[in-house]
Amino acid sequence: MASSPYISFDNVRFSRGEHTIFDGVTLDIPRGLITAIMGPSGTGKTTLLKLIGGQLKPSSGKVTVAGHDVSTLGRKALYDLRENMGMLFQSGALFTDISVFENVAFPLRVHTRLPEEMIHDIVLMKLEAVGLRGTRSMMPSELSGGMTRRVALARSIVMDPELIMYDEPFAGQDPIAMGVLVKMIRDLNSAMGLTSVLVSHDVPESLSICHFACIISDGKIIGQGTPDELREHPSERVQQFLTGQPDGPVPFHYPAPDGAGDWGLSGVSG
Amino acid sequence: MMDAIAGLGRSGLTAIGSLGRSGAFLWRTLAGVPNLRVGTPLLMRQLYSIGVLSLVIVVVSGLFIGMVLALQGYTILSDYGSEQAIGQMVALTLVRELGPVVTALLFAGRAGSALTAEIGLMKATEQLSSMEMMGVDPLRRVVAPRFWAGFISMPLLAVIFSAVGIWGGMLVGVEWLGVFEGAFWSNMQSSVSFTEDVMNGVIKSVVFGFVCTWIAVFQGYDCVPTSAGISSATTKTVVYSSLAVLGLDFVLTAVMFGGF
Repeated sequence: MASSPYISFDNVRFSRGEHTIFDGVTLDIPRGLITAIMGPSGTGKTTLLKLIGGQLKPSSGKVTVAGHDVSTLGRKALYDLRENMGMLFQSGALFTDISVFENVAFPLRVHTRLPEEMIHDIVLMKLEAVGLRGTRSMMPSELSGGMTRRVALARSIVMDPELIMYDEPFAGQDPIAMGVLVKMIRDLNSAMGLTSVLVSHDVPESLSICHFACIISDGKIIGQGTPDELREHPSERVQQFLTGQPDGPVPFHYPAPDGAGDWGLSGVSG
Repeated sequence: MMDAIAGLGRSGLTAIGSLGRSGAFLWRTLAGVPNLRVGTPLLMRQLYSIGVLSLVIVVVSGLFIGMVLALQGYTILSDYGSEQAIGQMVALTLVRELGPVVTALLFAGRAGSALTAEIGLMKATEQLSSMEMMGVDPLRRVVAPRFWAGFISMPLLAVIFSAVGIWGGMLVGVEWLGVFEGAFWSNMQSSVSFTEDVMNGVIKSVVFGFVCTWIAVFQGYDCVPTSAGISSATTKTVVYSSLAVLGLDFVLTAVMFGGF
């Protein structure tokens, strides 16, 4: 990794009840690059983003963002740090009772005292960047799924953050919408010099735009490196995930008791 | 047997945990200096949706309850030749009891359930999380204006309920059943005390407003963010609010009028 880390996970453990989500994860996310976090569904990829944003605290270990230990920050310091973060949620998470324009203007109105003309210009520029300046008067319910995510993307970059996190940006998108999102993530990263963290299980799209990737499974990082390094990774689990094999080190069958007992065949001799 | 005891223990721990969370939630909602520039428009919008939009159901219910009270009261009082006391009976019943209690029950059904569903849906669609990630505290931005709007609206709605109820009682008693109008109003005026009756009714509705709104916003914020979770939270809001209002009404009545 050429660049210095913007985010560091130092031996992070996180549990929900008796279920361990992360078991000693150590990871550096480089500054100014796109990092893809991949892994099967339910491995805690979104949880990882919430740990970065301080919405969850690790059971042990340390999460450092821009030099701050997120889990020890007070409420005000954490909210100040979040002003430098943008997050694109899987659902878009637009506020349904206000228009597209007001959604994008929301962080500006809350955090700044800019004059109305300037807010107007900034919002239209951000909407133009995602190709949706023409939707400014529409309500979120009038947008398609792909458009919703693009408006949410405009809202997440309106404060010109240093870090942007994408939670499953490609899930449920048609090929055109997916292509648009891939292009926008790449362009925004290079144009704004953002540090981008992309959580996804869409392997080809993620590997096509990221500079660095890691794969999480069973609470641990099972592989990390550049996309080329991952494609050549010796681990069978990594290769099973990248090539989408239905059976392998990650078994097709969830552990179950002996089938003969379930089907009432015990004691039946052949 | 052991399973039943363990289950009882688990339920107890869940209830205590929920109570603790709701107390911490209330503290975090009310703590901090409100920002008037940002908070006032949010509060006004919520006063409209919680208070103004509840007016129709409160006015219609108040009117009919006042009319029914007058009709029932006339039937009973006329047996003793005391139908002139109908105004006094209607007014005392409304300002002391039915005004605050029925308004609170209507409030829980209309505004409380709407508050829970709205906040729960915002949680399920990640709107609250996205607000947090934008550096905006949803407790101050979403919950606090709704809480204060409910707290302010309830006593006003209860006063309107009682006033409309008294007018409904007058319509039936005076206009329809022919009770002398002077006796209707003068008996009321001489027997209803502003400090003891009206103010105690207002105090009741302030308490009910606090409790009902607290339950509604907490249930929405604490719900499981699924359709079943929101449905369950909405039901809990109506059930818990109704039980809390009826229970607290007994306690407050005992303290205010029971001589304790």
